[in-house]
Amino acid sequence: MSYVLQKKDFWAGALYIALGAAAFWIGRDYPMGSSVRMGAGYFPAVLSVALVLIGFASVARSFFQEGEAVGAIAWKPLLLIVGATALFGVLLQTLGLAVALIVLVLVSAAASQHFRIELKASIGLVLLVAFCALVFVKGLGVPLPLLGSWFGE
Amino acid sequence: METLSNLWLGLETALSFWNLVYCMIGVFLGTAIGVLPGLGPVATIAMLLPVTFGLPPVSALIMLAGIYYGAQYGGSTTAILVNLPGESSSVVTALDGYQMARQGKAGTALATAAIGSFFAGTVATILLAIFAPPLADLALRFGPAEYFSLMVLGLVASIVLAHGSLLHAFGMIILGLLLGLIGTDVNSGTTRFTFGLPQMADGIGFVVVAMGVFGIGEIIGNLENESTRTVMLKSVTGLMPTRDDLKRIAAPILRGTALGSMLGILPGGGAMLASFAAYTLEKKVSKTPERFGKGAIEGVAGPESANNAGAQTSFIPMLTLGIPSNPVMALMIGAMIMQGIQPGPSVMTEQPVLFWGLIVSMWIGNLFLLVLNLPLIGLWVRMISVPYHFLYPAILVFCAIGVFSLNNATFDVYLMAIFGFLGYVFRKLDCEPAPMLLGFILGPMMEEHLRRAMLISKGDATVFLSRPISATMLILALVLLATVLAPVVRRKREEAFQEEG
Repeated sequence: MSYVLQKKDFWAGALYIALGAAAFWIGRDYPMGSSVRMGAGYFPAVLSVALVLIGFASVARSFFQEGEAVGAIAWKPLLLIVGATALFGVLLQTLGLAVALIVLVLVSAAASQHFRIELKASIGLVLLVAFCALVFVKGLGVPLPLLGSWFGE
Repeated sequence: METLSNLWLGLETALSFWNLVYCMIGVFLGTAIGVLPGLGPVATIAMLLPVTFGLPPVSALIMLAGIYYGAQYGGSTTAILVNLPGESSSVVTALDGYQMARQGKAGTALATAAIGSFFAGTVATILLAIFAPPLADLALRFGPAEYFSLMVLGLVASIVLAHGSLLHAFGMIILGLLLGLIGTDVNSGTTRFTFGLPQMADGIGFVVVAMGVFGIGEIIGNLENESTRTVMLKSVTGLMPTRDDLKRIAAPILRGTALGSMLGILPGGGAMLASFAAYTLEKKVSKTPERFGKGAIEGVAGPESANNAGAQTSFIPMLTLGIPSNPVMALMIGAMIMQGIQPGPSVMTEQPVLFWGLIVSMWIGNLFLLVLNLPLIGLWVRMISVPYHFLYPAILVFCAIGVFSLNNATFDVYLMAIFGFLGYVFRKLDCEPAPMLLGFILGPMMEEHLRRAMLISKGDATVFLSRPISATMLILALVLLATVLAPVVRRKREEAFQEEG
């Protein structure tokens, strides 16, 4: 049993079941309509039921078939990369593009085992920020706040 | 002679100064990003897509197509020089190309890839010009039932031809279809799966999904086992192949082109399948199959021609039916929709300039590939040598800014982070994300056609079987599914994808 819990098929199935069930639950009040005039709920309901069924098939397979184990999860890169991306969104509004970019690069770079603070990399970072400010904000006119609301912009 | 006048119209469009410039920039940028290890064409196009928003539709699509084959070629360069294929379609190129590079024949391998790609691109462009109009004519007669069945066939075919588990391919397609339904239902105005968030009322952007799953998810996956790479730096000399080389690559290029062109049209096909099939074919017909894997030039010429031919002909179903056959075409369709063009058979008649301009520009783009890439090889080598730990934070920066610029919304950045997380989870569980992206694009279209078909037939579901074209397509889908489930074919299929390792 504990062996089954290591298999990719088991967890993939669990994921399908969870997502399918969630979609079905959220969509339960959408009007179903009839087969002639399908409502907003018809297609989603069919799809979410199908997804749950596929999920059960995948879980069942993990019991009866040999399968690969999921393996170690790279928690550090996962958290740092996803975190850095989300943090960029938060900081963009409050502290502006320059700070947000520096934080994004430093936090995400920390996920690498080769990460260390050095002069060459710092110069690269400054150049990257300058490049983004010039090309995206000045050149392409993307409305990114260079300095955020905390700096009174 | 209509083809000729159409091609003339295309030539006029593609040769206009600015379109030439955008085509060249596209090819250049595509190659530049494509050579970076770990970045396939999907991630490259998704990343560069925002750059094209400000352009008129024709120029934007020309540039995107340029980015696509640039990225494709860039991936091959990386495969040959560092044995790190950036995308699945150049995996087989790495087998023999890298061995050639180790023997000091990197230049010959790169030139072979370029020549093969150019020839294949030329043939595929001609095929596109010949076959697209009749197919579009046929598609114009399609009703909603036909479209629905066609999409079912397309999705089934993409499951069959995708690598990995069939069950997961199914699961991911359905998940993609569901994700595609997020937002306001066009028929009833009901908002679906938006969690009450106004930012999601228009649905979620496919670029957000693509960048998250393919861009960020891949970065996390790559960081799992960081390895140091050795670049075959000094050995890129002798670009011109010898007469003997040319003799040996001629037949593989022809075979690869033919095979790739056919496989590219199939839904779910395209570059990857084509290159695998071509490699297997070359090994089969060779008198000395033991040389393969040890630097056989045929093992570079065949797959490289095939993947470029496949990349090109996969535009046929996209341009004529409005149906993507692979994730790259899904991105192209997304780009067309963003430009206000409804993909489908009417594009050819309503937007002849766009249609034919794009086709001709593909050939010109291939010419650029040939003349740009061989002289610039030194630059590409330097780009490849940038260590990954310097590269990925920069990739992340461009993803973040790119996604923000879609709607100028930080919400999309958060959403991308979530899809990055999901992308890593899918990777860990061996759930191939490509079918999900196809489902995502097709979701709303499928629902719409299903509804219309049922409305017209007054709720009679047999309409899908009583209309001949629709029935044929459904039967084809069923046959495909049945064959792939048959034990013999199943084993073969696993063997075919084995080469990837």
